[in-house]
Amino acid sequence: MSQDKIKTPTTTGHVWDDDLQELTNPLPNWWVWGFYITFVFTIVYWLFYPAWPIGHTYTKGIPGWNSITYTATTVDGKEVEKTTHWNMRSKFMHEMNEQQAEQKKWFDKVAGSSYEDVSKDADLMQFVNSAGKTLFSDNCAPCHQSGGQGKVGFSPNLTDDHWQYGGTYDQIHTTIVGGRRGYMPPFKEVLNDQQITQLANYVLSLSGEPHDETAAAAGANIFKGDSAACYYCHGADAKGRIELGSANLTDKIWLWADVPAAKDATAKLDAVKHVISGGLDRGVMPNWDHRLKPEQIKLLTVYVHDSLGGGK
Amino acid sequence: MKHDNIERNLGILLVLTMLAISAGGLVEIVPLFFIKETVEKVEGVRPYSPLELRGRDIYVREGCYLCHSQMIRPFRDEALRYGHYSLAAESKYDHPFQWGSKRTGPDLARVGGKYSNDWQTQHLNAPRSLVPQSVMPNYPWLLKTDLDYSDIELRMKALRTTGVPYSLTQAEYDRNVKEFGEDVAKSLHIPDAEKNLVAQAQLGNYDTDPGKLSEMDALVSYLQVLGTMVDFKKYDDDYFVKFR
Repeated sequence: MSQDKIKTPTTTGHVWDDDLQELTNPLPNWWVWGFYITFVFTIVYWLFYPAWPIGHTYTKGIPGWNSITYTATTVDGKEVEKTTHWNMRSKFMHEMNEQQAEQKKWFDKVAGSSYEDVSKDADLMQFVNSAGKTLFSDNCAPCHQSGGQGKVGFSPNLTDDHWQYGGTYDQIHTTIVGGRRGYMPPFKEVLNDQQITQLANYVLSLSGEPHDETAAAAGANIFKGDSAACYYCHGADAKGRIELGSANLTDKIWLWADVPAAKDATAKLDAVKHVISGGLDRGVMPNWDHRLKPEQIKLLTVYVHDSLGGGK
Repeated sequence: MKHDNIERNLGILLVLTMLAISAGGLVEIVPLFFIKETVEKVEGVRPYSPLELRGRDIYVREGCYLCHSQMIRPFRDEALRYGHYSLAAESKYDHPFQWGSKRTGPDLARVGGKYSNDWQTQHLNAPRSLVPQSVMPNYPWLLKTDLDYSDIELRMKALRTTGVPYSLTQAEYDRNVKEFGEDVAKSLHIPDAEKNLVAQAQLGNYDTDPGKLSEMDALVSYLQVLGTMVDFKKYDDDYFVKFR
């Protein structure tokens, strides 16, 4: 059928199976010219971009035709301007420069002011809130959760007024830079089950949870005694010691033993007993000085202190 | 030369076909002779310790690469989220490499040290307990399954034949001491592999269960070393621009 429409069909001259022939119609002109243009494009590309490998090196394009200028920071903090032929790594440096240039004046302001001054400057706090939210979501939220509310049995709540390692700007800064490591020795070797039960009753009594009075009184003696020496880390008043990061046992905040979620008094007791007997070698917060820049850490400090709430 | 002549003359067809195939073949094969120079040496990059290597095998077994890439490209948005772009040298001991091409989850090329062992263990066990919006499956068997490291020496020997510098002889060990320092060289010595593997697991306590050497230990030890071998603070921030 379609053969009728072709006016002068030229063929290769082969004939198979009586009437099967191979046409030699030329390709459409637009296609042929498109093909030639790709040749021209390639040659222009070679002149502007890195292209051909030659032994141990490669062509870099005609010098000066397509160069990239960027500012590098050396190990000792000097800024050096450099110009290279076009390549992905230089382009990347250039793009990073552009981004930093836009944020630089704000970050410089944060780095150059005291925490209190940053916190008082409404414009600056707007920057802290938006940049801080991004940094927090990328780095902190996996443990402390998206709103900084923490997770019982895993990571502390950053939105309340309780700060295990201290909630001043400087203390928060130290925590972010160096990380933290929660540790409590196991007491199952030192104390027998009855003693652990008594101690757990005392701990529950401190925060007004249901407990057994007699057992709690005995537990108080163990707490203050020297065989377990609980007071050594948690303080004689059981309010915790910020320099050790030990928990305040007298408030309603529970980080490791999930007392608030326990169904009944027995479950609450078991939760506390579990921590006392097994101890804790968890609650590791990584150090961030290897991953974040000093000005980013300072900004995060203000964000955690002012924007998340708390900070006493 | 007309197409018709080539098609009808077997001798010419054969010669020209071979020419075409050789040209294509050479373009693919010749660069392999230069691979050692193409992958520029970077200080700090070393082969995996036996425990990390087992962790990597589990990473491959569980198909982590299907959702996670290990390749930070030199783009601003990637650097801001993941850190310095990946260098060729950083995966030169990977056989096969885990660059990947699909990011259902985040890139893992520099995940080492970002989270605690505790977090990694809890997250692999039940991702949504820490990241509520996550679509990652639970991997509860990692913590329950004892790590099988009986064939660790064979695994290292296999990699040694592909060019990973695990040492079998004293001479190879001495070479590693020169190249990587004594501590690393010890961990690369195949005859001590089992001993080193157990020691690292006990010291690191990656699965937060000191009494057990589980598959979780191996996998977390691998995740914690990813992207941490090169210390970028030692270099000007454009040092790697001259790399290919």
